Amino acid sequence: MSAHLPILQVVVPLLAAPLCLFLKRGRVAWGLAVLASWAALAIALALLGQVMQEGVLSYAIGDWLPPIGIEYRVDIVNAWVLVIVSGIGAVVSPYAMTSVEREVEAERIPLFYAAYLLCLCGLLGITITGDVFNVFVFLEISSLSAYALIALGRHRRALTSAFRYLIMGSVGATFIVIGIGLLYVMTGSLNMADLAQLLPEVWDSRTVKVAYGFLTVGFCLKLALFPLHLWLPNAYTFAPSAVTAFMASTATKVAVYMLLRFFLTIFGAPFSFDVMALDRVLLPLALVAIASMSLVAIFQVNVKRLLAYSSVAQIGYMILGVSFATVTGLTATLLHLFNHALMKGALFMAMGCVMYRIGSVHISAMAGLGRRMPWTMAAFVAGGLSLVGVPLTVGFVSKWYLILGALERGWWPVAILVLLTSLLALVYIWRVVEAAYFRDFPGDEATREAPWTLLGPTWALVALNLYFGIDAGRTVGIARQAAEVLMAGISP
Amino acid sequence: MTTLLLLSLAVPVAGAVFIVLLRRNPNAREAASLVTAGALFAIVLRIYQAVSGGARPEVTLAEPLPGIRIALEAEPLGVLFALIASFLWIVTTAYSIGYMRGHHEKNQTRFYLFFAFAIASVMGVAFAGNLFTLFAFYEVLSLATFPLVTHAGTDAAKRAGRVYLGILFSTSVVFQLLGIIWVYAVAGTVDFEPGGILRGHVGAGLVPILLALFVFGIGKAAVMPFHRWLPAAMVAPTPVSALLHAVAVVKAGVFSVLKVTVYIFGFDFVAETGASVWLMWAAAATIILGSLVAFTKDNLKARLAYSTVSQLSYVVLGAMLANSLGVIGSGMHIAMHAFGKITLFFCAGAIMVAAHKSEVSQLNGLGRRMPVTFAAFLIGTLSIVGLPPTGGAWSKWFLGVGSVEAGQIGLVAVLMLSSLLSLAYLLEIPLRGFFGKEEAGGEGAHGETHGDAKAHADAHAHHGAPRWSVAAITVTAAACIALFVYPEPFYRLMTMVAGQ
Repeated sequence: MSAHLPILQVVVPLLAAPLCLFLKRGRVAWGLAVLASWAALAIALALLGQVMQEGVLSYAIGDWLPPIGIEYRVDIVNAWVLVIVSGIGAVVSPYAMTSVEREVEAERIPLFYAAYLLCLCGLLGITITGDVFNVFVFLEISSLSAYALIALGRHRRALTSAFRYLIMGSVGATFIVIGIGLLYVMTGSLNMADLAQLLPEVWDSRTVKVAYGFLTVGFCLKLALFPLHLWLPNAYTFAPSAVTAFMASTATKVAVYMLLRFFLTIFGAPFSFDVMALDRVLLPLALVAIASMSLVAIFQVNVKRLLAYSSVAQIGYMILGVSFATVTGLTATLLHLFNHALMKGALFMAMGCVMYRIGSVHISAMAGLGRRMPWTMAAFVAGGLSLVGVPLTVGFVSKWYLILGALERGWWPVAILVLLTSLLALVYIWRVVEAAYFRDFPGDEATREAPWTLLGPTWALVALNLYFGIDAGRTVGIARQAAEVLMAGISP
Repeated sequence: MTTLLLLSLAVPVAGAVFIVLLRRNPNAREAASLVTAGALFAIVLRIYQAVSGGARPEVTLAEPLPGIRIALEAEPLGVLFALIASFLWIVTTAYSIGYMRGHHEKNQTRFYLFFAFAIASVMGVAFAGNLFTLFAFYEVLSLATFPLVTHAGTDAAKRAGRVYLGILFSTSVVFQLLGIIWVYAVAGTVDFEPGGILRGHVGAGLVPILLALFVFGIGKAAVMPFHRWLPAAMVAPTPVSALLHAVAVVKAGVFSVLKVTVYIFGFDFVAETGASVWLMWAAAATIILGSLVAFTKDNLKARLAYSTVSQLSYVVLGAMLANSLGVIGSGMHIAMHAFGKITLFFCAGAIMVAAHKSEVSQLNGLGRRMPVTFAAFLIGTLSIVGLPPTGGAWSKWFLGVGSVEAGQIGLVAVLMLSSLLSLAYLLEIPLRGFFGKEEAGGEGAHGETHGDAKAHADAHAHHGAPRWSVAAITVTAAACIALFVYPEPFYRLMTMVAGQ
């Protein structure tokens, strides 16, 4: 059984998805989705445990040995990302029941859970596979289901947002598949470990460099790096709350993982940093993303859109860590994958609670909500403090390593910029706090606290924000180990 | 022994719980505040006995990042700060009872609650065992005092609150945190060690930059140009201004500067590298400019606030002198200024409650009706200026001698000039009180618009300030004089700090 964990990781949600369609009742489909999500988390945790004890796991699908057959390959890097993705799925899926019943039409609820499970399956598949074409297949599975999920939002603009995301996402996916095709032309292999060994011989060819360029643009589109982020704010704003919480915490993270896996494991750090100057390409983009998107977030009146812009800025922090081209920088990136999932998940889920009760997430509509919905707003404040990077929250841990990485490189102006932009985060979080706590409540007197089915999962994430902020030893250890693996290239 | 350290944090928090539980019964609630304050002082006193005997109790609470602990450790400098803060909390609680009731303030439960939280974080700052713990409690202190600053809930209070948090947060996040991570990046640790941890890890060029990151990054020390939050915080009720913005919060700032200089840089190392010379002059500029601005303020609390800005830089200056006399003077000034300035604020509050006067120019003749208050104000003034027979004389003495030792004769002149300036702007108040002529006309105009307030004011002024408040004023004024005769405990603690 335990030998088959890598394939089960993908198969469990994949098989659960069509079952949801047959179960006509929304609640039953929901139950299945929760079960599948928790099973996926259990498998991911078991895999992480195995990898930490035994090293790299390789699983040959259908016993076709790599490099001919498809290989699933788990090392500490993707085991870590698997835990992040499935962990968020396990927290968001219980939350989805109440939220989705309010925000999605009843007859479409089984469809919703089918799409959600497919999306989860796709994200887990991208992460676990050791075959580059398989990456593209799973990328399409996760993307197509994501477009459907976003389009399920009640607001009519959800449709245009999903369409826009579809166009941009397809362009990105096409770029990626072109890159993969060029690599196949040069090496005749699609297996990652195999590619890593074959590529150094053809480093000098222009085709490989062009492939690298196509891949870079494709990944940057998928992970919404400034200026390729335009699809993200609307998609996050108009999607159902549960979808936003799930996607914001997982989809872009997996895209960052793809970038790390391709450029550091397959191409290798020497090629990426010394030949292609990836660090010098990413650094200015990351800095501009952080500064400009934080500023834009300050002027938003829709809190979901505000958080979406904040996400683009936070992706900038992750890419900034990559651009340091050091183990500390990558540690910061990998830590922030996890930490940002926790904080943004909590913040978007708190907004889902607000949406459930007052049907709007505009700052003006949230006046005085601190007294009406004390637990919801307290969760928002806690998540916000984490986003700002207050000590004893996970945000502080990320910030610490990011600045440490900058100082190691001697880039103190970058360190100052990171600190200054965390103040911008304070400003945009503060605008919500001020509305909720320092203005009078104009709305319906009957507005009550959100139901515990929403608050429970939200506060579970808030608690994790605090727990891993006070005791970050384990997460830092894993992230550093993963960063060392990435910098060292393919493991024997 | 480590239990005592933990208790110093737990007792104020437990007190906060009781304050909320007893909210329906104000007398019981205030009793809870007083008992908590008393218990805390007793605990700190026990820690003091152990530490002056040479013990250095420490306890680790958690390890958030590998190698970065949340740890408490009692050492002489922290004990000195904790002693002052916990003793003055008792006095201030007594004073608050008179003030808050006399002034008919709203939301008194919230007031006492956050007061207790603030004190708990002050204890955390005082006993922090490393830079990270210090930073964490420093930020908690900013947050805990925010509801106190905006207590009135008016637009002016909210604006002031924004300035307050804005400056304290931005300086601490941008400069202080950068400094902390930088120290960790070069030294591999952030623990406070006698003699510092940076020697041998940083080049002489980096030391001035790092030191500046801390001096300006610790915004609570109010070195110009990051002082604006302190006058803004004066919208708070007077007991908050008295304990937090003359003692606990601002002293947490200068205490942190001193602690970082002594235990992270090591003052010998600072002196060798000459890193602090320009910072001495930054502090000197704040001393003079703060005094000059204080002159222009007619509002009594604003004048006291700028006086505090000026006086805080004495402590920073002492730390930057980077010799043992300067460090002793710096630590002594934390204590002496605390007692002097809290007396002045208590008096300002008493005048506000009893006579509803907030401007210096309105105080003519009031001293004859409130003799105790104005006499105490005079004593507080002497202590701030640094004249015998008050404790302030000692700290000024050591700071002056320390400046000579550092070869900075110019600074001695700055100290003299600033003493003269503060004498001039503070002495005006008791002089007006005792010798000024009451203006009947102005009173009448005032009475027409606020008829009730006027009648109310007369009734109070007839009896003087609330009894609880007068008692508190007497205690702190007496302490100013007692510290002239018996500065021994603080002096001994500081020689332990400087001798290491």
